[in-house]
Amino acid sequence: MSIQLEESPTTGDEVISNYTINFGPQHPAAHGVLRMVMELDGEIIERIDPHVGLLHRGTEKLIEHKTYLQALPYFDRLDYCSPLCQEHSYVLAIEKLLDVEVPERGQYLRVLFAELTRICNHMLNIGAHVMDVGAMTPNLWVFELREDCMNFFERASGARMHAAWFRPGGVHQDVPEQLLTDIGEWIDGRLPELFGDAMSLVLDNRIFKQRNVDIAHVSKEDALAWGFSGPMIRAAGIPWDLRKSQPYDVYDRMEFDIPVGTNSDCYDRFMVRVKEVYESAKIIKQCIAEMPQGPVASTDGKVSPPKRGEMKQSMEALIHHFKLYTEGFHVPAGEVYVATESPKGEFGVYLVGDGSNRPYRCKIRPTAFSHLQAMDFMCKGHMLPDATAILGAIDVVFGECDR
Amino acid sequence: MAVLHSAPKFASNEGVKDALSKALGDRLVEAREEHGEILLTVKRESVEDALRLLRDDHEYQQLMEIAGVDYPEREERFEVVYMLLSVTRNHRVMVKVSTDENTPVPTVTTLWPNAGWLEREVFDLYGVVFAGNTDLRRILTDYGFEGHPFRKDFPLTGYTELRYSEDEKRVVYEPVELAQDLRQFDFMSPWEGADYVLPGDEKAEADKEDDA
Repeated sequence: MSIQLEESPTTGDEVISNYTINFGPQHPAAHGVLRMVMELDGEIIERIDPHVGLLHRGTEKLIEHKTYLQALPYFDRLDYCSPLCQEHSYVLAIEKLLDVEVPERGQYLRVLFAELTRICNHMLNIGAHVMDVGAMTPNLWVFELREDCMNFFERASGARMHAAWFRPGGVHQDVPEQLLTDIGEWIDGRLPELFGDAMSLVLDNRIFKQRNVDIAHVSKEDALAWGFSGPMIRAAGIPWDLRKSQPYDVYDRMEFDIPVGTNSDCYDRFMVRVKEVYESAKIIKQCIAEMPQGPVASTDGKVSPPKRGEMKQSMEALIHHFKLYTEGFHVPAGEVYVATESPKGEFGVYLVGDGSNRPYRCKIRPTAFSHLQAMDFMCKGHMLPDATAILGAIDVVFGECDR
Repeated sequence: MAVLHSAPKFASNEGVKDALSKALGDRLVEAREEHGEILLTVKRESVEDALRLLRDDHEYQQLMEIAGVDYPEREERFEVVYMLLSVTRNHRVMVKVSTDENTPVPTVTTLWPNAGWLEREVFDLYGVVFAGNTDLRRILTDYGFEGHPFRKDFPLTGYTELRYSEDEKRVVYEPVELAQDLRQFDFMSPWEGADYVLPGDEKAEADKEDDA
């Protein structure tokens, strides 16, 4: 018996033609309902055409048919991984049109919970990204932390995910003092402990680095031209953070650093998010330490509802309550574009008011739309399995991308 | 007027409107500053030029968003709004053009690659055509969808609905059938907002006309 040498299937004059595959729309690494038509040359990606819109619900059209307050819960359902940060843009847009003042405690509470939402969102993304490239355990560990965040949201608003807690003029209701104490203890104890443990498995892991370092390099110029924002632009080395450069609420009083990447690859995007978790923790601590007492929502009865107790005593409060929950408040005519730093990037709301109680037009600027559009140029020349790492590092959620 | 709200504070608008109006010259139709936002309406034909000028000479490097708005009562019913961001000057402006169903707007994919999808979205939802965009397919609506759903005259419920048919073993499209009318409550106060005649009030109006 002689030894037979294995022959390469492509020896000779055979020509392998490109072929096209469907990635998604039901693929666990597609992070929802993304369909990507991929043209492959062997295992090398030649071209990607992402098809989005499979989760399009016409949110913007629905908002046009609701009063300003009724439209608020739709924002929770856009990016269902960071609900409060979406509400933040919307309520700030309304407040900008109304020019209404938010009491300090309300502003602090919003910043606190926006940062808690950021941690919650990054826990999901970091876990999912790690799982996309093959590791199981860290995901389960960081989901514990996500669960903790959800419990905090529940204690503040009554809902774990769709809080609808930020309202024009402030927040819906004050939090119990015990909740702030518990968040403070969690930030100092459980979060760094568990998160540090989980990250110790990942950050210097050889396989994780092989799958992420030098994958999807994007230059600074490209990042600007493609409309990148959030961790995607920071990983490219541009220290651009709306919380710092265009501060809203009490972010201008917070001290935190902006982590930036040096290599602009998937690993940097991941690391920026990991560092942001610690920065968010810093902000939350400052919020808890500095938070003053006082009202949590505007005292202007034309914008935010009166307290239940007040309604029992005051006729005017009762009228305000009735008017707010039937007709709603009127927003002056005009248009504003308000963008905040959501965990995924710039989340903007272009709000056109016509002086009535309903938005004339509410255009939502999703973060994922621009990032996903760059999939084609980021994936070109990479291997098929790299597409999942690139997608994981973008941090897409289709509720927001498709609206 | 003192600013009370706590919305994002970017660099001061002072002098920006005048400087940009001067730079845009006759490409500009109108420049406004309202609610702390700078709105520049430019001529449709020269939108690409105007945006190139803003990008190259005035440091508005990023195109964050293109929004369509429908004003059916206007002669040119659609507005296309470009949101620009300068990361070096930390400033935002909005640039607007208006158009109608048939007149194309010049594409800006030549300036920003991410304009492609943004224009596709406006095309899909409003039916605004962008001349020069080589990939103007629908993006958010269903494959084979007809109509432009975000136009004000498109009903909220749409025209077709789909369900899985057990008989045909596939998803079928059918005309929308509502078991009850879509509930559209009008909460506007009849003393301020309502532009319709309340039941019974038509007599009062008729009386007035008789007197006059």
